[in-house]
Amino acid sequence: MIVVSLLFYLFSFIMIASAFMVILSRNPVHSVLFLILCFFNSAGIFLILGAEFLAFILVIVYVGAVAVLFLFVVMMLDVEFKSISSTVISYLPIGLTIGVIILAELMLVLFTWKRDYSVTDNLSLSTDTQYSNTEIIGLVLYTDNILFFQLAGLILLASMIGAIILTVNHRPSAKRQDINKQVERDAESSIKNIDMKPGSGI
Amino acid sequence: MIAINNYLALASILFVIGIFGVFLNKKNIIIILMSIELMLLAVNINLVAFSTYLNDITGQVFSLLVLTVAAAEAAIGLAILVIYFRNKGSIAVEDITEMKG
Repeated sequence: MIVVSLLFYLFSFIMIASAFMVILSRNPVHSVLFLILCFFNSAGIFLILGAEFLAFILVIVYVGAVAVLFLFVVMMLDVEFKSISSTVISYLPIGLTIGVIILAELMLVLFTWKRDYSVTDNLSLSTDTQYSNTEIIGLVLYTDNILFFQLAGLILLASMIGAIILTVNHRPSAKRQDINKQVERDAESSIKNIDMKPGSGI
Repeated sequence: MIAINNYLALASILFVIGIFGVFLNKKNIIIILMSIELMLLAVNINLVAFSTYLNDITGQVFSLLVLTVAAAEAAIGLAILVIYFRNKGSIAVEDITEMKG
């Protein structure tokens, strides 16, 4: 039990420290790498909570896809490494005010909040059954929550189409296949008989 | 079992760090997008913590949907960033003032 507590505090400490480094480091590439560290540690925290499926989805989807996407964009855009100090000073008061207010409000909620046990009367599916975590998610995701599942697929489709439409770069000079032109082409329009005289070009 | 308040405190600290990132950073939008990812991660920690402590799987299913939306948002945001950089040659927040929103 003490090991789990120590792991929790280790993971959360590294997570908060790396989250600070994400927003404070000068080099955006370092920011992305600290974001990856943050995701790994939150995967550890999900494992402590018993949500194995989400922990590995976090590592696979976030570290494997989203963070690498960030890394590619940072490297493609070639942003200059300006020091953060000059602008931080001017925006520090408003940022600090809002941050402290929100943190204070969240802490107020946190330490006065009491668990309402009547909530647990209408559970959809308990997490402590004989099934594993992934099996339970599969049992409810494709049956009770099928609408959300389909909606998530639709959102991903829309974002994929949007990203492709935004970034596609049509160059007029590039040669592309034109099916209509290919089909319409016949021998009469493409073959030409030329009567060439000796010693002259076309 | 670790008290749920620890998880909630961790999530709220992470959320506030994300808000700090949005406010303090005026150099490039990529850091702001990463701050938004941090905030969504904090929300996910909250959802999973409550899901475990209330013995209800719905929180984890919802967390999965939050992950989906976050991935879609990152893809669209970075696509907009790439075309903006292609047009203007800069992604500093101070330079993006055409719309005066």
